[in-house]
Amino acid sequence: MEEKEGSAKKPQYRTYVFVWIGLLMLTWLTVTLSSANVAGLGMITPMAIASAKALLVVSFFMHLKYEKGFFKALVLVPLGVIIVVSWLVYSDVLYRR
Amino acid sequence: MSTNDMDGTDQIRERDYTGAKLGMWLFLFTEVLLFFGPFLLYSVYRYRFGADFHGASRELDLFIGSVNTAILLTSSLTMALSISAMQKGSKGLSVALLFITIALGGVFLANKYQEWMSKIGHGIYPNSQTLLGQSRGRVLFFGLYFFMTGLHGLHVLAGMVVLAFAAVLVITEKITPSDPIKLENAGLYWHLVDVIWIYLFPLFYLVT
Repeated sequence: MEEKEGSAKKPQYRTYVFVWIGLLMLTWLTVTLSSANVAGLGMITPMAIASAKALLVVSFFMHLKYEKGFFKALVLVPLGVIIVVSWLVYSDVLYRR
Repeated sequence: MSTNDMDGTDQIRERDYTGAKLGMWLFLFTEVLLFFGPFLLYSVYRYRFGADFHGASRELDLFIGSVNTAILLTSSLTMALSISAMQKGSKGLSVALLFITIALGGVFLANKYQEWMSKIGHGIYPNSQTLLGQSRGRVLFFGLYFFMTGLHGLHVLAGMVVLAFAAVLVITEKITPSDPIKLENAGLYWHLVDVIWIYLFPLFYLVT
């Protein structure tokens, strides 16, 4: 069960190119949806597409997919902070008169 | 320099891959939270001044914004490929890809400069008389636009300097295929700058 120091499995050049194509397609999608001015898009849809893109970059380009579980768990810390602080701020802003 | 009994500790330090990665990720988390602050501010004001934000957003050049997004995404690809090339032992290819990454960062900043200058040319910049005479939502939108894209631009510039250092370290054999951690951490920083832009782009260019 000994884990090799450094990085065990590395993605191929080809994987990166596919990820890059995916990122460009998602960019095209979000621009098209916004230009069509689809009603009710608000902030949720563009932010969801942005998050999908961020997930691709973090998983593949930043190698998080290939890191030990410890690093994956670590990312939950800033995400947790962001969720809690957002919730506190928005609940204050929405119900303040 | 190093004595025999020092060799053991030196080796441990050099091979502390997890420690080096951990330090970098923790630093990146502070960067994420740095941008999260103004993001919260933006979302609250957008909720309050939705119509103003929509109108002001339409005045930004969506074409340049989209091209710049593609440029930064491509620079992330060349960065990742550079690290891969180093790990596979192709030093020359790795350096070439690093220079392409730096150049793409430069093109991104040049486009950003054009955009800023066109707004400033119309008298729209923080605290300008023209802007202060407009509605509060527009003052807030453009204030946040200049602050957040400016802060991001500084990060792009810092990333270019870091990558230039990394290129020198590769050329001088301080970064090698068996010890590429400095290059990998420089890459992590560059990718984070890309991730931040991925969120900034819809905030300012795609307000429906």
